[in-house]
Amino acid sequence: MSMFEAPTFGARAAIAVALALHAVAAAAADAPHFGQPISPADVAAWDISVGPDGAGLPPGGGTPAQGAVVYAEKCAACHGDKGEGKTNARLVGGQITGGGPVVKTVGSYWPYATTLFDFTRRAMPWTAPKSLTNDEVYAVTAHILRLNGIIGDNDVIDAKTLPQVKMPNRDGFIPLFPGKH
Amino acid sequence: MTKSRHRQGAFTGALGVPHVAGNGLLDRRALLSQGAALAGAMSVGAVGAATGAAAEPLANDAWSLAPGITIPPYGQPSRFEDKAVRTLTNPKLEPRGSAARTPHHLLNGTITPNGLHFVIARGGFPDIDPDKHKLMIHGRVRQPMTFTVEALLRYPMTSRVTFVECGGNSAPLYAKDPIQANVQALHGLVSCAEWTGVRLSTLFEEAGIDPEAKWFLAEGADAPTMHRSIPVSKAMDDAMIALYQNGERINPSNGYPMRLLVPGYEGNMNVKWLRRIKVVDGPIMAQNETMAYTILLPSGKAWQFFYPQEVKSFISHPSPGMSLKGPGFYEISGLSWSGNGRISKVEVSADGGKSWALAALQTPVLSKALTRFRMPWNWDGSPAVLLSRATDEAGNVQPSRTAFLAERGQPRASPPVTAFPMEHCNVISSWGVSAKGEVSNVYV
Repeated sequence: MSMFEAPTFGARAAIAVALALHAVAAAAADAPHFGQPISPADVAAWDISVGPDGAGLPPGGGTPAQGAVVYAEKCAACHGDKGEGKTNARLVGGQITGGGPVVKTVGSYWPYATTLFDFTRRAMPWTAPKSLTNDEVYAVTAHILRLNGIIGDNDVIDAKTLPQVKMPNRDGFIPLFPGKH
Repeated sequence: MTKSRHRQGAFTGALGVPHVAGNGLLDRRALLSQGAALAGAMSVGAVGAATGAAAEPLANDAWSLAPGITIPPYGQPSRFEDKAVRTLTNPKLEPRGSAARTPHHLLNGTITPNGLHFVIARGGFPDIDPDKHKLMIHGRVRQPMTFTVEALLRYPMTSRVTFVECGGNSAPLYAKDPIQANVQALHGLVSCAEWTGVRLSTLFEEAGIDPEAKWFLAEGADAPTMHRSIPVSKAMDDAMIALYQNGERINPSNGYPMRLLVPGYEGNMNVKWLRRIKVVDGPIMAQNETMAYTILLPSGKAWQFFYPQEVKSFISHPSPGMSLKGPGFYEISGLSWSGNGRISKVEVSADGGKSWALAALQTPVLSKALTRFRMPWNWDGSPAVLLSRATDEAGNVQPSRTAFLAERGQPRASPPVTAFPMEHCNVISSWGVSAKGEVSNVYV
């Protein structure tokens, strides 16, 4: 082919690919890319958030009776023997309507039972967070729900049943985003 | 003409600084440019009239007669300023949260020193080794990634001055009866710094965020591993991974080695000791966005996801606990801010809200940053009530306490000053000045 003739289709394609690859390489160096890929299998220890649909709940389970044992040992010192509150938050009873003082508890205010599992697992007990086994967290969750009269004595709380628990104040919230702001 | 008459209305009138509102508020231009000459003349006149020629002859003090002290590697404030410290609610770190409040009555300007920036923490602060800390971004992204601190320091940086304010700041103003405490106790959970770091949008682009994603969660590395759900729209607007605070690496109690910064949004969302960001399908319904940081209304329903800290101001000088030293000239000054943008004006009243005048705003007035306002005042020695009312560029006006209670409901008690009976309380603060010059918290 003379230098004045148009390149064949194949030659044009090869040139185009070469130019494109060069552009990609140049673009990559034109911006910072310092993140290190991580495998989804390696994130488990940190990936502890539980959504309201139960996404993120681990295997395991527990009953109120099992939870009462854990609660007495690990929780009662700060939250009271029956969740009535002590040096830290009351967990049981209370009310948010009527003329008396507002008392927000798991029973009177929390809209999702999944939040109770999530918060207990990540943050409790205060002196040794993340020290409870998943079974213990499920059991303590069941115990606190039982103390609030939300589940029965023999109900098992696990990844399947926890998201199905209907909290008394489930419909008590008005989201302002998006909307007001 | 007596001295006292000379020091008050008479010389003011003679120098032509107009009174612009009741009880002696002077034109703010007395503080500015050519007006400064007027103010200066006023001060000289006042001092001259007050002290005459009674001053003692000058002498050299000890520090002028011997070498000083070795300059330290890291400077500390003067030992004579040891009262300018944070107040602590949990000094022995008992098993509960901790709050440390900024002493606004002892500061001026708009930038909070790093050691005095407010802190709320569910546990203590973690002692993080930056060489071991990582930020992970995962969830609805093309490639989950971790970023070391060293790697983040290689990214292009951005800086901005912005306030961070706890959603529960100023909650004592909601109490049924005025709580007698200083502005550190009443308004000490807001601070302002220059933050420098990497735009969150830059990291989201690198990880390949799902363009349909609407929410992400941010989570800390401290013991309670606190987390919040945040709209992706905020990440793409002005959120950053902050690495520096007022030029130095972030203070440990404020998030070292990195914190999320979401300018103007509720303080709790500016997650300290940030280690994980997960792009999620919807709000995660964390304890801190269901149990806490929600606002229960008289109807029994509660507002959730109340993000911007709305327009607010308070007078720091003078403020409760202070005493005025007799009638005469004072500069009233204070702080104003809005999570919705710039402050457009601050009005001040010295007569309990009957009349108002525009305060001078210290420039530059920055979006979502503390803005100092100043107002010259000739106090005649009679009882006065000082108020400030801020308006932001979006047109939001700081509400009266009466209007605020009409929407949020009547308070049922006066809890301890450290309690949080209300979130996002931005009512107008009212400081009473007695004939003796004593300043107190009052409701008008």
